Amino acid sequence: MSIDWQTFWLTLQLAIIVSAVLLVLGMPIAYWVAFSEWRLKFLVEAVLALPIVLPPTVLGFYVLVALGPRSPLGRWWIALTGHTLAFTFTGLVIGSILYSLPFAVQPLAASFSGVDRKLIAASETLGASPLRTFARVIAPLSLPGIITGLALSFAHTMGEFGVVLMVGGNIPGVTRTVSIDIYDRVQASDYAGANQTALLLLLLCFVLLATVYGLNRRAWAIYPVK
Amino acid sequence: MSETPAPAEVSVDSRVDLAPGASSLSCEFRKQYSTAEQPFSLNVSFEAAAGFTILFGASGAGKTTLLDCIAGLAKPESGRISVGQRNLFDSKHGIDVPVAKRRAGYVFQSLALFPHMTVEQNVAYGLAHLPHTERDLRVCEVLRTFRIDHLASRTAQKISGGESQRVALARTLATDPQVLLLDEPLAALDGPTKARIIDDLRLWYRNHHIPILYVTHSREEVFALGDRVVVLEAGRVVAQGTPHEVMSAPQFETVAQLAGFENVLDAIVEAVHPERGTMACRVAGEGGAVVIETPLVRGGVGTQLRLGIRAGDILLATSPPTGLSARNIIPGRIQSLEQRDVVVSARVKSRVELEVHLTLAARDSLQLVPGKEVWLVIKTHSCHLMQA
Repeated sequence: MSIDWQTFWLTLQLAIIVSAVLLVLGMPIAYWVAFSEWRLKFLVEAVLALPIVLPPTVLGFYVLVALGPRSPLGRWWIALTGHTLAFTFTGLVIGSILYSLPFAVQPLAASFSGVDRKLIAASETLGASPLRTFARVIAPLSLPGIITGLALSFAHTMGEFGVVLMVGGNIPGVTRTVSIDIYDRVQASDYAGANQTALLLLLLCFVLLATVYGLNRRAWAIYPVK
Repeated sequence: MSETPAPAEVSVDSRVDLAPGASSLSCEFRKQYSTAEQPFSLNVSFEAAAGFTILFGASGAGKTTLLDCIAGLAKPESGRISVGQRNLFDSKHGIDVPVAKRRAGYVFQSLALFPHMTVEQNVAYGLAHLPHTERDLRVCEVLRTFRIDHLASRTAQKISGGESQRVALARTLATDPQVLLLDEPLAALDGPTKARIIDDLRLWYRNHHIPILYVTHSREEVFALGDRVVVLEAGRVVAQGTPHEVMSAPQFETVAQLAGFENVLDAIVEAVHPERGTMACRVAGEGGAVVIETPLVRGGVGTQLRLGIRAGDILLATSPPTGLSARNIIPGRIQSLEQRDVVVSARVKSRVELEVHLTLAARDSLQLVPGKEVWLVIKTHSCHLMQA
């Protein structure tokens, strides 16, 4: 077996951290997208959807510039930690979060705005604060969307390539993910190794997604969203 | 059919007495809103004392928008809404109390029970601010008052329509609101179920003297519940008073529907007979006009009026009737028959089309079927005139 388990572990870590952060970060953004009545909301929605259409290299390039020593953020980070964000695991996490943001926000926002407005109004007239209304009514009734958002951001991070290459490079144990490992093997004509690694990634992703969608089906049965 | 429609199952006895110091709801505001057809402006000014105030109006008249403004779910452009000394909204002073702080209980037409919670969790929802033991106590009490304690652990989705209505009421009343807004909460229920819930609501009211705005288009509910009726038409209050005041002198078409005129016709005064106390009114129809004798009202020949006739006030005969005191006998043909509970509603086509209500027995003994030739018999004083 020539599978590089370290890259698998690293990729898994990255995907778990990114989807967890996106869940926390995505909720308030999705809430705003679903309920704001701001006239220019569509502009923000367009920006949020950009990572879907932009080539990962474009996004990766800008993230690299933003994290680099010439940007205020990069300088601040260097002053704080003594090294640059680019080509580190943290930098990889930041890039991946931006890259997968729409995949978390879109299903969340869709299911938030799918919650019956009368239920939200009922919660308010019963004296509940917006936070309580969200925690007790909107979020539980949006469970399928939350699970979908989590699954999509996880899967999307598992399979990313362009952003990782731009921001993280290819440092074993730090930024070398499975997709890059496969690319390297193909470059080195190690087709057997590439095949094994690719097959394993494929199986892993399938099992994960099947589990999530299976759970989701049950969630639909418990909480039908009108 | 009696002259005044009486409530079928509901007791009228308990006219609610005003508690001293009970706060009343006062509304005076403007709000733009739009229906499917066109934008309207809601422009209302009325006061609702503690007790049941019926809000009546056709769909699109602005009833729900009015309730939404009081609850804070919609924001008026200008005006003032207050309960007792408490201002909920005042555009002049920039007061707009948030929905959650208004203490306005609101039962929606769709009820809006939380589908993912049990009955008990639904009822306890508005009591999060209370300590645990007190909350449990209050929930128990309300569940018992509305006779749903046996449903406590059921999911809100798995209970019947009448039970859902009870849960929605209980959930709202548990929060001890200062004003209660009910948007046709009982519309989907059958008579007896409705009557029992209304009785329980009345019972609850004895200990909680607050203004209750009750939207309905059922005139039985108006008479059963209403201390006062406010009639809304195209965003304006067109009549208000006790049910009898509003209904004995119908002036507007909405009120006519309220008083039970299934037949409303456009008429022109053709001749006036002051000595007999009657008038002849011409009603245009297909293939010529019908002249109907009506009681005398102010207005000379040529005045345009609206003529209301209750479906239950029209007699049907299967041969030309003779020797009757009734002055209006109109030949026609039965168009359709439809049974509603114990009443048969017949549509009869003459030059004008009229709705007639009769009993099942009358239908059977006259052997009425669609297409049968009949004569409509209408007393002069069954014809009610109102402004066109």
